[in-house]
Amino acid sequence: MQFNRRHFLQLSALAGGGLALGLYEHPLAYALGGGQPERRDPALSPRAFIQIEPSGKITIMAKNPEIGQGVRTMLPMLIAEELDVEWSQVHVEQASLDETAYGAQFAGGSMSTPLNWDPLRHVGAAGRQLMITAAAKRWSVPEKECTTGAGRVLHAASQRSLGYGELAEAAARLPLPDPESLQMKDPKEYKIIGKFTKGVDNPALLTGKRLFGIDVKVPGMLHAVYQKCPVFAGKVKQANLDEIKSMPGVRHAFIVDGSVRGGPVVDSDPGLEPGVAIVAETWWQAQAARRALKVEWDTAAGSPTAATQSSKGFDDKAAQLLKQPPGHTLRSYGDVDAACKSAAKIVEASYAYPFLVHGALEPQNTTAHFDNGKLEIWTTSQAPGGGRGYVAREMGIDAANITIHLTRTGGGFGRRLMNDYMLEAAWISREVKAPVQVLWSREDDFAHDAYRPAGWHGLKAGVDAQGHIVAWRQHMVTFGSGEKTAPSAGISADEFPSGRVPNYFIGHSTMPLWLRTGPMRAPGANAICFVGQSFLDEVARAAGRDPLDLQLELLAAKEIPMPGEQRNRGGYIFKPERLAGVLQQVAEESGWKNRKRQKGTGMGIAAYACHLGYCAEVAEVTVNASNQVRVTRVWAVTDVGHQIINPSGARAQVEGAIVEGMGHTMLEVTMAGGQMAQSNYLQYRLPRMRQTPEMHISFRLTQNPPTGLGEPALPPVIPAICNAIFDATGKRVRTLPLSKSGFSWA
Amino acid sequence: MPLKLTVNNEAVQVDAAPDTPLLWVLREHLGLAGTKYGCGVGACGACTVIVDGRAVRSCLTRTGSVVGSKITTVEGLSADGTHPLQKAWDEVDVAQCGYCQAGQMMTAAALLEQTPHPTDADIESAMDGNLCRCGTYARIREAIHRAAGQRMPALRD
Ligand code: FES
Ligand code: FES
Repeated sequence: MQFNRRHFLQLSALAGGGLALGLYEHPLAYALGGGQPERRDPALSPRAFIQIEPSGKITIMAKNPEIGQGVRTMLPMLIAEELDVEWSQVHVEQASLDETAYGAQFAGGSMSTPLNWDPLRHVGAAGRQLMITAAAKRWSVPEKECTTGAGRVLHAASQRSLGYGELAEAAARLPLPDPESLQMKDPKEYKIIGKFTKGVDNPALLTGKRLFGIDVKVPGMLHAVYQKCPVFAGKVKQANLDEIKSMPGVRHAFIVDGSVRGGPVVDSDPGLEPGVAIVAETWWQAQAARRALKVEWDTAAGSPTAATQSSKGFDDKAAQLLKQPPGHTLRSYGDVDAACKSAAKIVEASYAYPFLVHGALEPQNTTAHFDNGKLEIWTTSQAPGGGRGYVAREMGIDAANITIHLTRTGGGFGRRLMNDYMLEAAWISREVKAPVQVLWSREDDFAHDAYRPAGWHGLKAGVDAQGHIVAWRQHMVTFGSGEKTAPSAGISADEFPSGRVPNYFIGHSTMPLWLRTGPMRAPGANAICFVGQSFLDEVARAAGRDPLDLQLELLAAKEIPMPGEQRNRGGYIFKPERLAGVLQQVAEESGWKNRKRQKGTGMGIAAYACHLGYCAEVAEVTVNASNQVRVTRVWAVTDVGHQIINPSGARAQVEGAIVEGMGHTMLEVTMAGGQMAQSNYLQYRLPRMRQTPEMHISFRLTQNPPTGLGEPALPPVIPAICNAIFDATGKRVRTLPLSKSGFSWA
Repeated sequence: MPLKLTVNNEAVQVDAAPDTPLLWVLREHLGLAGTKYGCGVGACGACTVIVDGRAVRSCLTRTGSVVGSKITTVEGLSADGTHPLQKAWDEVDVAQCGYCQAGQMMTAAALLEQTPHPTDADIESAMDGNLCRCGTYARIREAIHRAAGQRMPALRD
């Protein structure tokens, strides 16, 4: 992956004498702008990243969706640092969707940091350079005699200084500096990057101001609920619409046929789901009316077997498939069977994990206003650009006629990379010819997620007399058809320890699923890491080795080159020394080697690399006589490059990942009769404050470009906890949630 | 018949059915959007407000049942963020997505009114019904300790 993209800048004068500086990424701007970067009217310039007004007011635009990962604060910090202003001088504003101007605007894959670290610092540095040039001209002094600080240009020799606001008008008329010539600060000079920086929305948030999608209010807006079939893509045969229409506040009630595209593998965003829309003056009226709604569903409309699907059925089928050879080989080298035959020890085990819902606290919602062929949208989407394309295609509207505003979002976790709620709002607004806010109930959310897919794995390892792994075989049973896996249900051909053991095989078998699956924070990794790192712990124990030593040995092994593409984790080169580095550090910080043996307590270690980050975690648990588990302490060491941009936000991401990872060990949704059995948080007991462990979080700084933190700290905590439970009890957790392995939470 | 309520020390009247949950009266009739909907069944705490000094789930509170009561929402802590809980929440930088935090602060406000110097165990038991999907619990606990013992406006008459 290339992070040092070429990009170029756009400079314009603000009406009233200020300056606006935008940045266009190359080649994205060319691609989207039809070959030429557009010059836009600066008076309407919300597209600029920086606006400096003559009064000295400095506005920096936050480009990406804020879903709780802190980018509304962190990305503007990058610009402010290189612009060389005080953070307290900066006013941050959320940009609307305009990927021509801002580059990609999405919240996913922990990509905000790696994709923006260089470009946004360039924007800031270009702004600073313009100020210097303008001041030097005004004073007729050489530029190199000028310095900056706190939003002013200074000329020490003559003891003169000018504020950026005073220079903005002149700076706006200058030619742009060549991006290649821009001077970035030495990190030692950072005043903003690397400092604990509070969320820019704190004041509004803590006083209850309207910030979120659910808070959007536009004149004349109606409120809608949209009842879909509890079985995926079932159609409405009939509904008591007349009765519903007569209920208090209800303005419209109608059936939507929908357009879900079927197939053996269901897309994350497969088209509009059928349902009944109820539109009322208030949301509560729409929701109250829904309680009286009686729908006769055709549950087989989407798929003839839809209503027969069940978790039990999937478990049985998976058990069968695991007994057979894998349907598809993903990677195979050496001779696993022969190596196992001559191995001193064989370890074999099966692992399984369930479906999960994202359950972000703000229910799905979008406000849409379709008027005269144009569509205006206020949304919580994590992928608004994708959403615009989706809505355009499904509704037959030119994407250029769709404007999208980004609200703050009450949690994403990957769920809002899908845009179903956006499509529903747009569709209903067009039907009723009024601005409409669609808000899902929590029950809608549980019944219509793009679920974290369940999965099943059979593993086998051979260990020689010295305790080295000589063979590794992994067979995953997952959802899909033939070689194709359902969204977020696949596994890498070079899953660890591919290339680090002499004989290796990995393959999968697929079974059909008529349901949406999709990415959930650290998709793939959050489940695969549980399996791989638990099994590795098992192998180490069987071989009489410390799991840390065994893992470090594998990471130090000379790599066996693979045919074709480089061994990768999500498209980038895996650096074993980085994973070894965080493992060694977490072992030191947690006192792993000198840990005390005490009855009923245990420690577990695990590590993983995903989404460009490397993380190792140690969990300490106590387990009482009735098998109740308490996670008492967790140590996490993460390597995301040479710079932590906002220590507050960065730590928050790790804290959140640890708590969420604990949730993975406790939670499941199960299917019966084609429907999810759990419908609200009452049956999906998220971790609580009293279960939160003491957390020791640190970052290992390495000479690598800064990368994201949304995901990497999540996967390892799950096997770390399970390995700690084994350490405490001698019982191996091979099936999640823990209740299926005989444990519960204290 | 309009319902007469006292919200954030202000007397207001709303034209809503008495069985409308207080949550939706606050949000949709009174325009007080700080109180959030998360589950509608009393399982998440996002909708927590204070009624006569006690933290209640407004999604399960019939508005007709709080006529004459003193209701405080997050907007009623202070409009300018100067309430000790708001200040502590800001200084600790508690929020991730922030969606649960109004409810968290309201439960904390009721706790501190009862127990000005709570222990960790007091805090954990009072906050047990407030979910934070983002996992900000450690910071919430820290912020409550930070605000504890400071003078706060009374939440009941
Ligand atoms: S919305 Fe009231 S407790 Fe969840
Ligand atoms: S901060 Fe997101 S739910 Fe609590």
